Amino acid sequence: MQGIPYEHGLILASILFAIGLVGVLTRRNIVFLLMSLEIMLNACGLAFIVASARWEQADGQVMFLMILTLAAAEVAVGLGLIIQLYRRYHTVDIDRLSEMKG
Amino acid sequence: MLTQIWLMPTLPLLGFLSLVLTAGTLPKRAVAVIGAGSIGLAFLVALSVAIQFLASGEEAVTQSLWVWMSVGGFNPGFSFYIDGLTVVMMLVITGVGFLIHLYSTGFMIDDPSYSRFFSYMNLFVAAMLTLVLADNLVLLYLGWEGVGLCSYLLIGFWYTNPENGYAARKAFVVTRVGDTSMALGLFLLFAQLGTLNIQDMLHAAEAEWQVGSGMAIAAALLLLGGAVGKSAQLPLQTWLPDAMAGPTPISALIHAATMVTAGVYLIARTHVVFELAPSVQELVAWIGLITLLMSGFTAMAQHDIKRILAYSTISQIGYMFLGLGVGAWSAAIFHLMTHAFFKALLFLGAGTVILSLHHEHDIFKMGGKRKQLPVAFLSFLIGGLALTAFPFTSGFFSKDEILLAALALEGPGTILWLGGVIGAFFTGIYTFRLIFVVFFGESKGHDQEKEVAGWNMAGPLFVLMLLSLVGGFISIPVDAVFAHGEEHAEHHVSTLIHGIMIVVPLIGIAISYLFYCSGQLSIDKLMASKLAQSLHRFWFSGWGMDKLYDGLFVRPFVALARLNSKDFIDWLYGLLVSLTRWGNALVVKSQTGYLRWYALSIALGLAVLLTLGVTL
Repeated sequence: MQGIPYEHGLILASILFAIGLVGVLTRRNIVFLLMSLEIMLNACGLAFIVASARWEQADGQVMFLMILTLAAAEVAVGLGLIIQLYRRYHTVDIDRLSEMKG
Repeated sequence: MLTQIWLMPTLPLLGFLSLVLTAGTLPKRAVAVIGAGSIGLAFLVALSVAIQFLASGEEAVTQSLWVWMSVGGFNPGFSFYIDGLTVVMMLVITGVGFLIHLYSTGFMIDDPSYSRFFSYMNLFVAAMLTLVLADNLVLLYLGWEGVGLCSYLLIGFWYTNPENGYAARKAFVVTRVGDTSMALGLFLLFAQLGTLNIQDMLHAAEAEWQVGSGMAIAAALLLLGGAVGKSAQLPLQTWLPDAMAGPTPISALIHAATMVTAGVYLIARTHVVFELAPSVQELVAWIGLITLLMSGFTAMAQHDIKRILAYSTISQIGYMFLGLGVGAWSAAIFHLMTHAFFKALLFLGAGTVILSLHHEHDIFKMGGKRKQLPVAFLSFLIGGLALTAFPFTSGFFSKDEILLAALALEGPGTILWLGGVIGAFFTGIYTFRLIFVVFFGESKGHDQEKEVAGWNMAGPLFVLMLLSLVGGFISIPVDAVFAHGEEHAEHHVSTLIHGIMIVVPLIGIAISYLFYCSGQLSIDKLMASKLAQSLHRFWFSGWGMDKLYDGLFVRPFVALARLNSKDFIDWLYGLLVSLTRWGNALVVKSQTGYLRWYALSIALGLAVLLTLGVTL
């Protein structure tokens, strides 16, 4: 299965990463922020898979599995934090949660 | 033999550590057992060391623990040196110290900082024992500064009153003047003689210096400066009366019996240096004489029971200096010992009076208290008799020896003797003025209070009474220490001289009886003239010394410091501060609290790094 050239895979990963980054920078809803972060993480995972296929090494796939677990854990903690934030401030707007400044 | 010498300072130090590390969590009973018990054990050790030492018949014993530091030829060690002089000092310190600790277990019982009090006291005894046991001047200096620190801590013991803190600072700063002089003396001795081991140093001084040579005079003067500061002699005596701000057992232990006599010990210990500088030795005698006369006058004008005793302490140490100055080394140490007995007795008696009368210090608000405070009355009577050198009390023998030695001196001897006798006359007046005003006559208040004297307070008083009465019959084993310097020719003086020395203090007592007890002479008539009043004010303020020093040193120094507070160095540091502030304000602006800014800066940073990585 040598169908897809690896450059295409990397370009797809870069596009996904950019979409995620723009989402993090522009979105105001924390839930969407979290989702954008997930997209960025998965872009990284895709890059690892592509690299693994290119050099025929298993390390990249191992790394992807780790990112997958990490993402799951991160979402669990992140969602928990969001629920606490919502209970406390009754909002999910990230710009209204700017108390921690110099 | 004598391997347990190190235990003596260690036991109080352990007591201090266990009290300070438990930080007041122990019950008072345990604190009392540790605090007084450690000193009691140290006394037993001192007793056994003294007995073994005297039985061995040796002149001196050294125990080296370890070398403290070793730099070039300079290697002072933690080494303890025992000879006759040390034996007297360590027995007085641990013995009288134990009695005062025992007394304090009762005196301080209502104080919330009971444990802190005993931890400082134990530290003091440890430092004082280090001072007298040290075989080199560096270790002695460690103990010297240690007792100074404890004195500071204990004068300011009731630190919530700012006045006490001021008195503590004053004591610390004034003694620091003397200590600096002493440190310079140590530097000079080391630079000239190459050793600070006391015995080696004394031998080297004898071998290398001529009598009356400039180096000997300089070294003796610098050491004298240290002694004068610690022992509250002219011109550094101003701190001692204010030091009475501390609890009364502190005044008894530190500011009467032990620490203030450290200067006398220092001079006696390095007496060879003073013999090499006869002019300085004579200066010691004159300082002692002038101090004892001045403080005698001052004591007659005071109202505060503790200040009277403080001035009388200064005056009695003046006698010791007089003894040192005329070369009566052992007589001075003898007076040091008897003074420790009767002055501790007087201070502890004063403590009983003060505690029983709810912290009343003014003697003119007491009166007629001899039935109400019988134990305190007996203490004052016996202590007062010993202080005025009443025949066959302890003070009589020691003062007698000093005055006879002064008389035997050629040259200024007669004047020194006469001054000492006049001082004894004043001692009689002010001591019995205190006793008559407090214990006789009509009561002027405080009628309801009962005497506070449990067994642990009355017991030490009775032991000290006994010592004050018969302490004069103790013979101190210091002959070997001063053997080569002291003439042991019997002074053959006429019975007239003896008679004068016995009668003069009695006349003082009689005058004070006529004024303050029988009322045949009236103090008010005496005080009617303007001259008498201004004289009284002058003496009451301690010859205006405080005011003089205030104008001479304190004010100019403060003015200078104020002038100097905006100098170039200060400006430099100020610049540093404002630079930091400015940088801080700049960086604070970047911390907006908006998450997107942080994410963007991370992304931009990444982009910059990647670009750099690709292009370079």
